[in-house]
Amino acid sequence: MSLLRRPETIVALVLLAAMLGIGFVNPAFWSLDNQFGLLKSNVITGIMALGVLLVMISGGIDVSFPAFAAAAMYLTVHGMVQTGYTGVAIPFVVATLIGLALGAFNAFCIRAFRMIPLIVTLGTASVVRGLLLGLVGTSVININKMPPQLIEFGRTDMIDITHTDGTRFGLTAMILVYGALALGVHLVLRYTMIGRSLYAYGGSPESASRVGFDTRKTLLFAYCTAGALAGFAGLLHASLIWLANPRDFVGFELDVIAAVVLGGASIFGGRGSVVGTLLGVFLLIMIKNSLILMHIDTTWQQVVVGAIIVCSTALTAWRDRKRVG
Amino acid sequence: MTDGLIELRHVGKRFAGIRALDDVSLTVRRGEIHCLAGENGSGKSTIIKVMSGVYQPDEGDILIDDASVKRMTPAESVGRGIQVIYQDLSLFGNLSVAENLAMNRYLKEGRRAVRWGETRQIARAALDRLGVELDLAADVESLPTSARQIVAIARALQAEARLIIMDEPTTALTRNEVERLLDITRTIQRDGIAVLFVSHKMREMLEISERLTVMRNGKVVVQGPIGDFTEASITRHMTGHDLSHETYRRPAVTETVPPRVAVEGLTVPGAVAGVDLTLRPGDIIGLSGLIGSGRTELALALFGMRPDHGGTIRIDGKEARLRTVGDAIRHGIAYVPEDRLSEGLFLTQSVSRNMLASSLDAVTRGFTVDRARAATVSDGMIDAMQIATRSGETPVGFLSGGNQQRVVIARWLLTQARVLILNGPTVGVDVGSKAEIHRIIRDLATERGLAVLMISDDVPELLQHCNAILLMHRGRIVQRFEGGTATEDSMGAALKALR
Repeated sequence: MSLLRRPETIVALVLLAAMLGIGFVNPAFWSLDNQFGLLKSNVITGIMALGVLLVMISGGIDVSFPAFAAAAMYLTVHGMVQTGYTGVAIPFVVATLIGLALGAFNAFCIRAFRMIPLIVTLGTASVVRGLLLGLVGTSVININKMPPQLIEFGRTDMIDITHTDGTRFGLTAMILVYGALALGVHLVLRYTMIGRSLYAYGGSPESASRVGFDTRKTLLFAYCTAGALAGFAGLLHASLIWLANPRDFVGFELDVIAAVVLGGASIFGGRGSVVGTLLGVFLLIMIKNSLILMHIDTTWQQVVVGAIIVCSTALTAWRDRKRVG
Repeated sequence: MTDGLIELRHVGKRFAGIRALDDVSLTVRRGEIHCLAGENGSGKSTIIKVMSGVYQPDEGDILIDDASVKRMTPAESVGRGIQVIYQDLSLFGNLSVAENLAMNRYLKEGRRAVRWGETRQIARAALDRLGVELDLAADVESLPTSARQIVAIARALQAEARLIIMDEPTTALTRNEVERLLDITRTIQRDGIAVLFVSHKMREMLEISERLTVMRNGKVVVQGPIGDFTEASITRHMTGHDLSHETYRRPAVTETVPPRVAVEGLTVPGAVAGVDLTLRPGDIIGLSGLIGSGRTELALALFGMRPDHGGTIRIDGKEARLRTVGDAIRHGIAYVPEDRLSEGLFLTQSVSRNMLASSLDAVTRGFTVDRARAATVSDGMIDAMQIATRSGETPVGFLSGGNQQRVVIARWLLTQARVLILNGPTVGVDVGSKAEIHRIIRDLATERGLAVLMISDDVPELLQHCNAILLMHRGRIVQRFEGGTATEDSMGAALKALR
């Protein structure tokens, strides 16, 4: 496909136009601290979007990851508070593994009972949220109880700039974590057979098993990775906002799915790329943040996100249908 | 040591008590082109699945290279060099040609990583072997069916195939593309690879294969070198009876009756450049031409789907405005797109519901369907069409193919159609059902006075069942053949001249 017709190019052009437009209305948009803030807001949505991208390429959909993120985050932080553990690496591994295990359960239900991913993940999301609140607790772990090393970790900056008036701002180092994960997912999708099997399965599940892909492994990979990334992002989120709320991430699925679709992934499966997703996430976050910047009521954000989903899905669906016809 | 590559000996297979295969013995020799013929449901697909290891036979043996295979699994079958190209081709439309071609090799070697340079090399080599050129970077779904088929064949060869089984490979191809496929098949054969063609198209079988096996009702009826067969004898073996070969003649009509459809100077932007057309009651007019000749747009314009058309259309002498499908139906025009004869049914629903699906208005009172009236109407139709069913409540799926076709036709008749436009009415239909469909179309024209416009690529079909054939090219009708005088050669030559 020529570079100009790629969905990524189109998203990039739209993004550029939107940036110029917003910057024109409010030049503060171009200030470094706004740009840094914008990048920081990309991290959590972006990491989750990478997982959802894999699931969507395989032709499925996942709406359970916000619940998994909340569960992994709250369980881990809760455990750290209870045991007084002071490390950082192990908790992130634990949160990731919790997400992975929950993702495996999704894959198992979808595969074993041949159920529709939307229904399965709606169900597991509800079960996980219910269990978390019922068995683990409902109280928010706020800043004075949060493990300080998590907060410290979340505050790591890679660029530090001091304003002339003495206030400081920085670019969070979490953007590196996000970048590394994105690169990893890109390489897997592009250069490994398991990555290609996602595209094959998303294109035609029947053909994928006929040519000899282990489609069980493909599904497991997609949903486990989505769960693991969500679990990781969950804990990272807590360390960025300095509190752990078991009711967090409600409604997150809409933003993330919107971003992935906006990035050119097909809701029918078989199409999508990391580059597109990164652009989609950036575009969505930027629009949402700019609405705040322009003092537009937050309720309108929901309208915007919904409209973005409808428009971009309609566009990709139209594109895919044209291709078939 | 015989020259048998794969041999089935007295193979039997049952599904829920029904015999799908009954004492089937069949040998495919090394490097031969063998044709397996039979109507739908004759057991052809079961044979494919036994050979590819998808089904295990209940009785009998499978021998490969003269040695018995204990348990034939899909992996075993592929490992022994048997590749099946299914009708749907099992390609990945969303992936590039190169990737589709290289994927099998990667999977076979159990690779974990993908090298794109090597992928392209593998793909190029695979296409070179067939002597074809394709854009390796193109997505497969952007290719025409014929090119996709080539990709599927090249892919099968990649897997070190010794036998390639092609399931109905020519169904979606035009005549030209079929030629090309047959050429490629011969290329494969020169490499010593055997090909099992599974088909119901006589012409191709006679043209390409060296040996032929005909199946009917799960049994092998006859087997032998192709020279022993003629088109008529293959048909007889497949269906169990002779089919009529009478050409169609329109019943005499008084010329004073206005034609059912009179089209003058019909244009459709970009497709039809001024067409005059007259359809009288009882006419079956054939319409042929290459894809893109404007024939489909002409039909769509008559069915109100091209509101941008120009020119005048008269129905029974009165000028008609056909700007929507609703307009066309009100004027008694029915349009049946490709495959609808065989696929336009709700198989799990009753005969009666299927028949009434397009004319529910006629049996509706207020917001509810008048059941008593619906039953009367559908029972009347079942009688009129002589549909063999226990009752109107039987699901259509339980009916035989021919009876299913009658249900579809009954549905159009209930819409009071007087003009029937058929686009490829027998594409992908087996010989027996094809004859049945032709018979019904002829009856509709002669007994009910319908005017039929039949779009088709199938030259013998047109010659036998139309009283006139129009040839379209670049939006115009360039030639008219009268039924009974045109021959396959004259029409074939005219079609060839258009290229």
